[in-house]
Amino acid sequence: MGEQAQWDTQRVKEIISSMKSAPGALLPMLHAIQGSQGYIPKDAVAMVAESLRQTRAEVHGVISFYHHFRQRPPARKRIEICRAEACQARGSRELENYAKEKLGIDYHGMTASRDFSLDAVYCLGNCACGPTVKIGDEIVGRVDAARFDELIDDASAIAVEVIS
Amino acid sequence: MKETSKVTTKVSTKVYIPRDTASLSLGSDRVATALALAALNYSGDVDIVRNGSRGLFWLEPMIEVETEQGRVAYGPVTSKDIDELVAAGLFTGEQSHPLSLGDPEEIPYLKKQQRLTFARVGVTDPVSVSDYQQHGGFVGLSKALQQSSQDIVDAVKESGLRGRGGAAFPAGIKWQTVHDCSEPQKYIVCNADEGDSGTFADRMVMEGDPLMLIEGMVIAGLAVGANHGYIYLRSEYPVAHQILKEAIANAYEEGFLGSNIQGSGQDFDLEVRLGAAAYICGEETSLLESLEGKRGMVRFKPPLPAIEGLFGKPTVVNNVLTLAAVPFILAEGAKAYADFGMGRSRGTLPFQLAGNVRQGGLVELAFGPTLRQLLDDFAGGTASGKPMRAIQVGGPLGAYLPENQWDTELDYEAFAAIDAVLGHGGIVVFDESVDMSEQARFSMAFCVAESCGKCTPCRIGSTRGVEVIDKIRSGENREENHILLKDLCETMLHGSLCAMGGMTPFPVMSAVNHFPEDFERISNKQGDI
Repeated sequence: MGEQAQWDTQRVKEIISSMKSAPGALLPMLHAIQGSQGYIPKDAVAMVAESLRQTRAEVHGVISFYHHFRQRPPARKRIEICRAEACQARGSRELENYAKEKLGIDYHGMTASRDFSLDAVYCLGNCACGPTVKIGDEIVGRVDAARFDELIDDASAIAVEVIS
Repeated sequence: MKETSKVTTKVSTKVYIPRDTASLSLGSDRVATALALAALNYSGDVDIVRNGSRGLFWLEPMIEVETEQGRVAYGPVTSKDIDELVAAGLFTGEQSHPLSLGDPEEIPYLKKQQRLTFARVGVTDPVSVSDYQQHGGFVGLSKALQQSSQDIVDAVKESGLRGRGGAAFPAGIKWQTVHDCSEPQKYIVCNADEGDSGTFADRMVMEGDPLMLIEGMVIAGLAVGANHGYIYLRSEYPVAHQILKEAIANAYEEGFLGSNIQGSGQDFDLEVRLGAAAYICGEETSLLESLEGKRGMVRFKPPLPAIEGLFGKPTVVNNVLTLAAVPFILAEGAKAYADFGMGRSRGTLPFQLAGNVRQGGLVELAFGPTLRQLLDDFAGGTASGKPMRAIQVGGPLGAYLPENQWDTELDYEAFAAIDAVLGHGGIVVFDESVDMSEQARFSMAFCVAESCGKCTPCRIGSTRGVEVIDKIRSGENREENHILLKDLCETMLHGSLCAMGGMTPFPVMSAVNHFPEDFERISNKQGDI
C-alpha cells in the first residue's frame, strides 16, 4: 500500500457540505474527515479550505498545530504510551524503552508491516493506574513489559485472523 | 424487554459495573460481559447498570449489587472471578467471598470524604435523567428558574467558589462581568481540556455524573444571559465524549436543554466540541481560538474573555468542577457551600491521588488539611513499597514538594506562599527512585512540545532550558549553567504571555532548589524531547 491510499472523496465532500456552516467548523470537520478516512488526505485540505473560504496554508497550519491530526494513513493498531508525570512515577520510562525495542521503532514510527505505530501521549486521565497505554480504541492500565507483550500478541492474533 | 413482562416478574436485581475510563482500563467491560452471561443462568432478572466510578481505583473494577439492606460491593473483580462470585451468592449480596467489600459507603476511604460535587458519582446511572432527579438533581436549576439573574450571580459570589481549573479566580466576579455586558449574544464555555498529568476529576464527573455539569451550565446561562454553551473536551477522553453525548441527548429529550426549559420560557443549547491533543488549549484564550477553528494560540489580555470571548462575544469560561459545584450551591444555598473550607478557599476540592501510591483515587475534602494528612489518611503508602520522596501538586506546571513541605495546608494561599500551586488538585507521588534532574528536564521538554509559540520566553526559553539542564546533568560548567538556568527561569516567569511558559519554572526550580543532590551526579542520559 502506498502513502496515498485510496480515500472516499464523495464521503469527504458530504462531511464538508454538512458541516461548513457551523460556527468554528474547522476542527469538527477535520475530526470527521479523519474519523471516516483514518487521516486527512492532502487533497482534502484544498476542499476544506475552499468550503470555509480560507487558504490551504491556514488549514494546514491548524492541522499541523494539533498532535491529533495526521496526514498519512495510520497503522492497523495505533499504540500510544502515556509519558506524563503520573505514569513516569509508575515506570512508564522503562515501558517506553521496552516498547520501542519490542516493536523496533521509535516514537512517531510505524512497523514495516504497518501493523503497529508508536506515539507518546500526554495523559489519558488514568493517573492512579499507570503506566497507561492506548492500543487502538482501548485504554489499558497498569501495563508492564509482560502486559505489553500480551497486548501485542492479542492484537497480532486478530490481525492474522482478519487477513487469513 | 417489554414493560408488561417487567410488571409480572419479580423486581430485578440491579448490578452496577463502572463504565469509567479507569475501570475500563482494568477490564470492567469484560466483567460486564461475563456477568451478563452468568445472569442468563440465574433464576431472577438481572439489570446491569453501567455507573461511574466511586474513585477507589485499587478496588476497580468494583461492582455493586443492590439488596434490600442497601448496596454491597465486590472488588477488584476480574472476568475470571464472576462464576465463583455468582456461586457464592453475588446476586443476593452474600458477603462470604474474599472479594466482598460490604457496604461501599462504609469503606473508610469513602466514609472519610466530604463529597459535595461527587455525591452521586458511582451511585447513579450517569445518563438517566430520572435517576439524577431521584438523587437531588435539577433542584438547583428549578430554584434558579425562580430567581433573578442577579440573585444567581450573588449566590455564586457568596459561596466563595473560585475557579477550579487552577487559577482560582472568583467565579461570581467573572459571572458578574459577563452578566453586566449588554451584548445580546453571550456564551458559556466549559473547559474540559483536563490535560494536567495527575488529574482526572473532570473526567470522572463527565463519565459519572454528566447531568450535574449540564445543570451547572444551564444555571450559568440563566445567570449571565447566555443561551448557548460549548463543552470543549480533550480528544484523549473518548469515553467521556460518548457519555456526555448520551447525557445531553437525554437532557434535550426531557426538556432540560433546548427551548423553553421546563416551561420557563428560557432557552439553552449545548454541544460538545473536541480538542485535538494540544495541552495549551487548556489555557482559556487558546481554548477559545481552538473553538473558533483556529490554531490554539494564546491571546493577549485584555480584552478579557468575559468581555470579548468566543467569536468576540462576552463569555464565561469555567472548568468542569467549577460549573459542577454550582447545582449544589443553588440547591443547598451559598452558605452551605461556604461553610466548608478555610481562609479564602471555600468549599471542597476533589483531590486526585495519583502516581506511585497504593490507594490512588478521588478524594473530595474541604480545603484545610495538610498534604501529609491527606497522604496518611488515604494513600496507603507507595505502590512500589519504597519511601516517598517528591510530590508534584497541581499538574506539570506545579512545584515538586520535598518532605519538609508536606505539612503545608491544602489551601490556595498556603501553596502560593511556598512558590507552589494547588491547581486542579492533582497530587502525583514519586518514590525514592526518581531522578529529579530528569524531571526538571522533562518539564522544560514538555514546554517545548506544547508551547503555542506566540511569545519568545516560552518558545525559545524552553528549548534553551533543556540544553542548559543537559549541560548541568553532564557536568559541563555547572556553576555558570546553574546561574544561567535561574536567569532563564526568571525571564520565563515574568516575560511569558500565559501560565505555560510562566509556570514551567515552578517544577524546574523546585527540583533544583529542593533536590540539589540530583543535579550533582554525572548523567549522560539525555533523552529526547
